[in-house]
Amino acid sequence: MTNEVVIKTDKLTKRFGDFIATNEVTFEVYAGEIFGFLGANGAGKTTAMKMLCGLSTPSSGNATIAGFDIYKQTEQIKKHIGYMSQKFSLYEDLTVLENIQFFGGIYGLSDKQLKEKSNELIETLGLKSEAKKLVGSLPLGWKQKLAFSVAVLHEPQIVFLDEPTGGVDPVTRRQFWDLIYQAADKGITIFVTTHYMDEAEYCNRVSIMVDGVIEALDTPANLKQQFSATSMDEVFYELARGAKRSE
Amino acid sequence: MKQFLSFVRKELYHVFRDSKTLLMLFGLPIVLIVLFGFAVTNEIKNAKIIVCDYAKDPASQEIINKLTVNTTFNLEKTLLNHSQIEEAFKKEDIKLAIVFPANFNKDLLHLNKAQVQIIADASDPNTASTLTNYAMAVIMDYQMDLMQNSNLPYRITPEIRMLYNPELKGATNFVPGIMALVLLLVCVLMTAVSIVKEKEMGTMEILLVSPFNPLLVIISKALPFLLLSFVNLVVILTLSVTLLDMPINGSLLLLVAESTLLIICALSLGLLISNNTHSQQTAMLLAMMGMMLPTILFTGFMFPLENMPVALQILANIFPSKWYYIIVKSIMIKGLGFSAIWKETLILLGTTILLLVLSLKTFKKRLE
Repeated sequence: MTNEVVIKTDKLTKRFGDFIATNEVTFEVYAGEIFGFLGANGAGKTTAMKMLCGLSTPSSGNATIAGFDIYKQTEQIKKHIGYMSQKFSLYEDLTVLENIQFFGGIYGLSDKQLKEKSNELIETLGLKSEAKKLVGSLPLGWKQKLAFSVAVLHEPQIVFLDEPTGGVDPVTRRQFWDLIYQAADKGITIFVTTHYMDEAEYCNRVSIMVDGVIEALDTPANLKQQFSATSMDEVFYELARGAKRSE
Repeated sequence: MKQFLSFVRKELYHVFRDSKTLLMLFGLPIVLIVLFGFAVTNEIKNAKIIVCDYAKDPASQEIINKLTVNTTFNLEKTLLNHSQIEEAFKKEDIKLAIVFPANFNKDLLHLNKAQVQIIADASDPNTASTLTNYAMAVIMDYQMDLMQNSNLPYRITPEIRMLYNPELKGATNFVPGIMALVLLLVCVLMTAVSIVKEKEMGTMEILLVSPFNPLLVIISKALPFLLLSFVNLVVILTLSVTLLDMPINGSLLLLVAESTLLIICALSLGLLISNNTHSQQTAMLLAMMGMMLPTILFTGFMFPLENMPVALQILANIFPSKWYYIIVKSIMIKGLGFSAIWKETLILLGTTILLLVLSLKTFKKRLE
């Protein structure tokens, strides 16, 4: 982990009419770090993440992703990030291999790269016998692991993960986090939202959002000390309890 | 370009893996052609008719003979008085009644003109008008015979109203309509559904986050359906020519060009629908209501536009299928060239541009 800043936001705000989903959010994420982006349902996490990915235009404030401006250089940003959404988002009527080749293809990977990458990926995930099966027939845990691997296939600088382990069993979640660590080791910055507080403990730093505002941002150890708590669960509960809005 | 090809390949996988939809797409035109060409036809054979002859003279007898030998008609019986006609219509499956007034021959010979009444069962307007036309043709035939043997201008005036364009009969009427229907169905419905599906599944987000140009998403989505439409076009035309003896009197190239215009128009409409809906069901419903129904109702191939109230006739003008139908009929049946259909083409082109601009304007590069 270095001190190079890859995500920098300054008073980033998103309004929907009178409702302020994300209110003047300011933070920095460093290269190679695993950054946990926490908050209750409706706290504004997904909105903030969509702005950072270029899916949604901010109402006000500034941000740069990998050094590119989120208003003017969205095309540049797109080349340098990966994204995995809340919903499972591979094509169920395509095989494992076809999905990998499709996503590699639209990111402009060459045939040679594509072949190497897909072999490597199928090898690491242990999906060799499933490579020609339709993704729809795989169990959810495998699908999520595959979706993550596809999201980092083009070796982005930053990968955004929106509740990647929702509905997945504890063992698979653990395996999923192994994949996250492997990606982080390669120097990919991980920006992840989650509702599981044990996962928050795995992060280098976490921010906790309440009602559209970041209420706390530090390493899990420091946060626990600050709130004199024994676990991230308690920290989160302490902060989220004061929330006025919920989904 | 390579990115684009990967996308098109993926779209082809989608289309060809969904075997039920595929079967529908290819089966539909075949079923429709066979159904409309053979089962549902305007050409009528052996329709039951009755004659009420007050005249009982050589002229009426001669016309009745001509009706009897015609395969279209099956003369059930000759009645003696008018009141039996209505009864016959109600009780028996009588399609047409012809009434000769007393002194038919006398009027014809002395006054040079005579009247004949044709009564048709109008509960089925298409059959009624077709039969009426046939009956008139038989009477006119007799009139011609009469005039050949004499210099006097004999005139028999039938007492009916023309309801249907006599130029049209049988399959010729349906094939252009089916072409419009199939092309619209494949392009509007399938394009709309396939784009909305990406939104519904959440894959659209992933595509929008990727550096892939969103406009190319649309183009690569439309491409497989464009290809399918061409295949369908070939199937319909081949079936029409071989199976239904449909002529293609005009330029095939022009026909294909005009069809391409309709296809682009339909793709734009599909895109417009997909931009404004969030679920596949809504998209499907909108496509059905907004396109299938008007095509069937307002194109004129099932229900003659001429019989509709003026308000509906005006409404029919906004549907591109109406103009395409006129174009196809002009090319295939009448064998006309571009000079005869430039107006319709212009309207179709205008609609296409309008829909395309609208759909590109409403297409969102970002999710809100």
